[in-house]
Amino acid sequence: MSRTALLLLADGRFPAGGHAHSGGMEAAVASGCVHDTAGLEAFCRGRLHTAGLTAAGLAAAAATGHDPLALDEAADTRTPAPALRRIARSLGRQLMRAARVTWPGAELDHLARHRPQGAHQPIVLGVTARAAGLSPLDAAHAAAYESVGGPATAAVRLLSLDPFEATSVLARLAGDCDAVAAAAAEAAERVAAEGVTVLPAVSAPLLDITGEQHAARPVRLFAS
Amino acid sequence: MTAAAAQVSAGESSTPRAKDLPTARAHPAGLHATARLTAVHNGRTTTLPLLHSDGPFHLRRLRPRGDRARVCVLGAMSAPLGGDRLALDITAGARTRLEVTTAAATIALRGSTTDPATYDVRLTAGEDASLHWLPRPLISTRGSTLHQTYRVELTATSHLLLREEQLLGRTAEPPGHLSTRLTVRRDGRPVLDQHTVYGAPAPAWDGPAVLGGHRATGQLLLVAPEPVPLPAPVLLGDPERGHCVLAPLADGAALLATAVAPTPARLRVLLDTALAHVRDATSSL
Repeated sequence: MSRTALLLLADGRFPAGGHAHSGGMEAAVASGCVHDTAGLEAFCRGRLHTAGLTAAGLAAAAATGHDPLALDEAADTRTPAPALRRIARSLGRQLMRAARVTWPGAELDHLARHRPQGAHQPIVLGVTARAAGLSPLDAAHAAAYESVGGPATAAVRLLSLDPFEATSVLARLAGDCDAVAAAAAEAAERVAAEGVTVLPAVSAPLLDITGEQHAARPVRLFAS
Repeated sequence: MTAAAAQVSAGESSTPRAKDLPTARAHPAGLHATARLTAVHNGRTTTLPLLHSDGPFHLRRLRPRGDRARVCVLGAMSAPLGGDRLALDITAGARTRLEVTTAAATIALRGSTTDPATYDVRLTAGEDASLHWLPRPLISTRGSTLHQTYRVELTATSHLLLREEQLLGRTAEPPGHLSTRLTVRRDGRPVLDQHTVYGAPAPAWDGPAVLGGHRATGQLLLVAPEPVPLPAPVLLGDPERGHCVLAPLADGAALLATAVAPTPARLRVLLDTALAHVRDATSSL
């Protein structure tokens, strides 16, 4: 593995369109659920252990080389909210564009050809990690970190939080991120033998509910 | 089944012996029970040739509603308690119409051990069958640990209406630990795969990404043979009094309402309102 490739893939400046998304943070702020650093931390911890774990499992499984189209279907059955499925595919399409130039390869081409409207973002992330020579655990790390990094960055803009405080939240979540990535990679190892049902499918009701509410809002700062 | 489990499942008579076996310590007081219910169509109407009560599940026929046979699950004893292994197996055969309810809330209690209890509900509906599973809420009480699974198997022509409501703790009580895995397959293909985990030690389960301080949560799921037209997702309620979204799954022939609310009464209002929208969208209920 190349440690630099992982840094590049997980870098918020990687041109995959993630900066336009708050991962449910804007909706949480709008509904009054998050208004300070403590709320940010509780939000991120909850998202990491639910949607983050599910995304990390899918990304790790895609990085093992398991059929990405079957995993894309598994992502659909794990994403009940239509707005969140749309967002995941839109982010997947943007990541695919960047990935095919950065780490060109037949597996990315194959997925892009079969999902021209975009595959779910964690699947594209896993196939990209594979193209970059990264391991399933690396892919899970990137997905887990992304599940909290996006909301933390967005909270700084939405609440005018101290960016140092927001970053310290992410530092405090490092152990949780590692644990989630390890659990996701462990499940991904079993997919070849036991099928996609062994992958985490943890969901959070409020992320689904507020995700749909946010999509219906005429004025918003972030796309999700 | 392990030797320890076999000892316990053999019933009360084996308990004194099981206590002496070192391997039996895993489930010292666990109750094993599987109730079964099968509906078939006799050419004229839905009949219930198999009503097998077991352990805490007492199955009772109710008066049919129109051509829909109805069964109520009565709680014959306090369950699930820690260490219990409970299962409910419900099959609606081809062309049947069946509704199953419960008489009272299901209360997960700690019992004499902190061992987890399991409660597996298997719902199977055949060709052109219509199955409604509309139980009263499940209440997770302090100190209890319950792992619940719903496994739903449908054919391409089955109808399903499923409602589940969960209450996390009784009044002013922290909940136990409640994990629920719901898998729905139609013609062998997954439609919905969902796992929820609430109560310590689940991290941030009552935080702003998961339940946001609400103590009641629930879902209403409709699966129909044909795509169900819903012009746009239905948004109900508000963050303080509870809110709910009704929207199609990726498989357009399924609608799911997801709700969180401060009280079970508010939760039921939201899910009933969602159900009214479902009824407007489809003639198949």
